[in-house]
Amino acid sequence: MQKKVVLNFPPHLIDQPITYRLIKDFGLVVNILRARISPREWGRMVVELAEDGGRWQDAMDFLADTGVEVEPLAREVLRHEERCIHCTACVSPCPTKALDVPDRQTMTVVFDRERCIACELCLKVCPYQAMEILFE
Amino acid sequence: MANFQVNKTYQEINEKIKQGKAVVVTAEEIIDIVRRKGEVAAAREVDVVTTGTFSPMCSSGAFLNFGHAKPPIKASAVKLNNVPAYAGLAAVDVYIGATEPAADDPLNKVYPGEFKYGGGHVIQDLVAGRTVHLVADAYGTDCYPNKRLEKDITLKDLPNAVLCNPRNCYQNYNCAVNLSNRTIYTYMGPLKPRAANANYCTAGELSPLFNDPYYRTIGIGTRIFLGGGVGYVVFPGTQHHPGRPRGENGVPLAPAGTLMVLGDMKKMSPRFLVGVSLLGYGCSLAVGLGVPIPLLNEEMARFCGVADEDIFAPIVDYGTDYPAGTGRILGQVSYATLKSGKMILDGNEIVTVPLSSLVRAREIALLLKEWIEQGRFLLGEPVELLPTGEEKPVPSFSHES
Repeated sequence: MQKKVVLNFPPHLIDQPITYRLIKDFGLVVNILRARISPREWGRMVVELAEDGGRWQDAMDFLADTGVEVEPLAREVLRHEERCIHCTACVSPCPTKALDVPDRQTMTVVFDRERCIACELCLKVCPYQAMEILFE
Repeated sequence: MANFQVNKTYQEINEKIKQGKAVVVTAEEIIDIVRRKGEVAAAREVDVVTTGTFSPMCSSGAFLNFGHAKPPIKASAVKLNNVPAYAGLAAVDVYIGATEPAADDPLNKVYPGEFKYGGGHVIQDLVAGRTVHLVADAYGTDCYPNKRLEKDITLKDLPNAVLCNPRNCYQNYNCAVNLSNRTIYTYMGPLKPRAANANYCTAGELSPLFNDPYYRTIGIGTRIFLGGGVGYVVFPGTQHHPGRPRGENGVPLAPAGTLMVLGDMKKMSPRFLVGVSLLGYGCSLAVGLGVPIPLLNEEMARFCGVADEDIFAPIVDYGTDYPAGTGRILGQVSYATLKSGKMILDGNEIVTVPLSSLVRAREIALLLKEWIEQGRFLLGEPVELLPTGEEKPVPSFSHES
């Protein structure tokens, strides 16, 4: 089972090899989807973790002890349903089919959070500003 | 005058509408009826076919009269939420155009520009009942001494607000691809290099002018659904080109007819007038528009029976051909194929995306059907039909947006 989460690093942890520890010490399978790390700022990393690999709970405890905040990705990606008119402009740039038109009869855009990797390609393409990602 | 087996008049149909007896179906529903029963029986059975379309329509805007101030002003430069409106009209009349960006928009200086707020958004804010900040500057005259006016306006407080769109409701449009080697940002949306995606922009069989290809029932005075309220066709739209090539069924194979439409903005809804931000291109307004088509005879039933597989869009390269105006058409593709979500171009399968909302086009056709069935909406008989011919020959292609 894959789980996408956002790791928030306080500025003092930027020079720590946290990902290395997750892999090496706890045996997690880590796939980095996006990351923004810069000196003296909060770092943010979107990662995909295999829940059934490694010592999951120990890894989560380690992150909590060191001060890394873990949030589910779903909370970060907002789709303003009321703004969407189903023009489907987001469908062709979306690389993971998180935004797709599964039923060609209704032609309704459906957003599958599980597939979203927060790549942000849909944000500017949407003419109605219906997609928002909180990744500050 | 052709001899028809079915002959109905606007008056007869309106009488049935008033009595709540008119039979109304949508442009999708009529297809099956014509196929099963034939065009004569369909024309006998059905009185009105409702159509609908909802998509960005750039040539749109509104005349607003914002009322006289004390002391009075002859406004010469007006901004609404910092979006310039044309003020070269009398003293307190302006025209806010859909594609006008905010005065401080960085445009394409930071490429591709985002164009987050413009005239279309002002119109949407007004119909949504939101307050819009108006700033008017003037040079001052003896009769209008005021030189600056700032106030918050709302739609209900404006003396007049008239949506007046010089060109809406295109009869067919290009299917855009990009054969160049870089991503381009167009009014047809972002197009990936080497024809990796194709964007089109009509509602196909639901779209008004596909169902009356020769404008036999549409002209000056046709009453329509406009922006959630009632509007009228007031003239052929700008760039109305009925002379473009047509298929055997009469449906144009390139962008052809257009409508100029008008209606009372105070009765419209933000669901059907939505501000648009097109990446790297600009601002616009998505307009919901539906035209009722009376089945006066079996010929109109045949026209309304047109289905997506009988309607074709020209495939145009927006990477090189379109900006250079070469007029090259890469091929024709049916709306049935476009709506399937993929098409084949040069042996490669590519994703097709409509910028037009089929979801909302259907909603419009169904709403208009409901209005007519309930006797709340009568047909307007045109005092003059739209022209079907051209004064000068036109090229077979269009590089007009």
